[in-house]
Amino acid sequence: MDDLRNLDRDRFLDLHRQMLRIRALEETALRGLKDGLVLGAIHPSIGQEAIAAGVAGQLRRDDILLSTHRGHGHTLAKGADPEAMMRELFGRQGGNCGGKGGSMHIADFSVGMLGANGVVGANIIIATGAAHAISLHGDDRVVACFFGDGATNRGPFLEGLNWAAVFNLPVLFICEDNGFAATTRTEDLTAGPGPAARAEAFGIAAETIDGNDITAVVEAADRLVTQVRRDRRPAFLLAKTYRLTGHTGADPASYRAAEEVERAWSNDPIARSAALLTAAGVTTQTLTDMSADIAQEMEGVFQAARAAPRPEVGDALTDVLDARQSGMEVA
Amino acid sequence: MADMTYAAAGAAALAEMMEADPTVWALGEDLGRGGVFGQYAGLPERFGPQRIVSTPISEAAIMGVGVGAAVTGTRPVVEMRFADFALCATDELINQAAKARYMFGGQTRVPLTVRMPVGMWRSSAAQHSQSLEALYTHIPGLVVMMPATPADNYAMLKAAILSDDPVVYLEHKNLWPMPGAVDLAAAPCRIGTANLARQGADLTIVTWSATLHDVLAAAERAPADVEVIDLRTLWPWDRATVFDSVRKTGRLLIAHEAVVVGGFGAEIAASVGEALHSDLRAPVRRIGAPKLPIGYAPTLENQIKLGPERIDAAIARMLARGRASETCGCPRSQFGRE
Repeated sequence: MDDLRNLDRDRFLDLHRQMLRIRALEETALRGLKDGLVLGAIHPSIGQEAIAAGVAGQLRRDDILLSTHRGHGHTLAKGADPEAMMRELFGRQGGNCGGKGGSMHIADFSVGMLGANGVVGANIIIATGAAHAISLHGDDRVVACFFGDGATNRGPFLEGLNWAAVFNLPVLFICEDNGFAATTRTEDLTAGPGPAARAEAFGIAAETIDGNDITAVVEAADRLVTQVRRDRRPAFLLAKTYRLTGHTGADPASYRAAEEVERAWSNDPIARSAALLTAAGVTTQTLTDMSADIAQEMEGVFQAARAAPRPEVGDALTDVLDARQSGMEVA
Repeated sequence: MADMTYAAAGAAALAEMMEADPTVWALGEDLGRGGVFGQYAGLPERFGPQRIVSTPISEAAIMGVGVGAAVTGTRPVVEMRFADFALCATDELINQAAKARYMFGGQTRVPLTVRMPVGMWRSSAAQHSQSLEALYTHIPGLVVMMPATPADNYAMLKAAILSDDPVVYLEHKNLWPMPGAVDLAAAPCRIGTANLARQGADLTIVTWSATLHDVLAAAERAPADVEVIDLRTLWPWDRATVFDSVRKTGRLLIAHEAVVVGGFGAEIAASVGEALHSDLRAPVRRIGAPKLPIGYAPTLENQIKLGPERIDAAIARMLARGRASETCGCPRSQFGRE
């Protein structure tokens, strides 16, 4: 599959740019974490960018996406503004959620991104519900639901996949299998042949791809999104990848060998994408300029987020019912 | 006006909302057969399986699908079959439905109605009998409603479906066959308004759900003038109506079927204690269930129930306090509210 000769070079240049933006956004967030600007935990998706960019790139703006605690890439790729995202991570005004959510609840409903989620697997049945609503509305939108391999051991995985299959709902389930359930190897605590077999047990056709190969992701996602949109039935994509960072930005991931991580870096989806583009005739200068542009964009994002004010104290009382009886002294 | 049961009044409210708004739909186990208690009778035939949806026994998915569908332009009414089973969907209700509006910074609302049949009914024992309303009043973001009459089940369910915030809607299983006059032209009840069910001057009893009827009967027997407030909405609760009544009577008894410890009566008692201490002629009291699982055999279940004797005894004890010069320990004037 790693061959661009017959593929649209510009399309893959755009996808490469998207992957670079996700990487740069998360590196900027990690810098913010180090500087004490990111306040809570963040869960980087460094190493998994091809899946976010490749799948979200096949969705329409009005399609719906549900994400996980490791959701920065999905959110950016669905079209969210990186500055609003960084403001949210820094707990500032102008954040996507006004500073009320942070990284684990990042969402941008204006682009159909209905939320990251702090609870593993919880989004699977919410995504199924969004698809059920679409089915009632009778339009042709689809839902893309991302989750990790760890989520496949939770009840909502079973309940959601069964439901989507029984009610013929337009959901593409994307399992990002990065090998780790938080800080434990998923294979150590998972019975059976894995997520694809579990999906097939519900009669949902499942495909397994190399999630670090942007061409493989795009090929499968393009076909499956089209199929789900047309057939109004769920589909399942298992994308094998590797989490290059720890579980959180603060996790040194000492539970795995340095050589293992080094090997994984040689399979970095962004480096692979760059090699493909180079082989297809894209100049090194083009790629260097692209990286420089993005670095500049994210530096602007960082500075703007850092300069933004905190939410007003009174904002604690908005977006919730009946703050009058909250127990907080209200003037 | 129409005469109908509590169950039929709920069905009428849902049907009316479904007629008025094509985005209103209901989902839950066995709804296609009219619901396990017949509270959806007639609706499957009228609205079809797309809008009265029979679901798998997947409580988390029923609730989670409700959340996802509520943030995607519909108004789902999810049926939990028994309130006890809603505990299988705790994450979906408490972490997702209740939090989405706030944690996403107001980008979305969650117009979800969660129907949970509660209460002791036909020796159903520990896992099919609980009244767990206090759990939900503790959670920011949830409205909690408990109708006690057919008229209220009609007007309150309409209000719940119209709410843009998630509503935990607890119907009492013993009330399903209860008949009553229902005004089908009535506007939806305003959320957070109590009903003054009986006027009186000597003692205020605040109650809700099926216990209302036991309390009203006790009030008729009582050797004094008892005021009864049906709280109806537990969150947000109608402090003004309760406070006005307590200022008038100087005595407050709270009666509920749920466990007393950590029950919602505690919140009312504490609020009245904080705000109206100087108006009280007797200590505020609560009656409800002991902190025991609900037993199966009648001799065991009756230990949990708030029977007429316990209500009568509590009323008598309240009335014995604060007569003439006796107050709650201090001369009233010392607190200077009069």
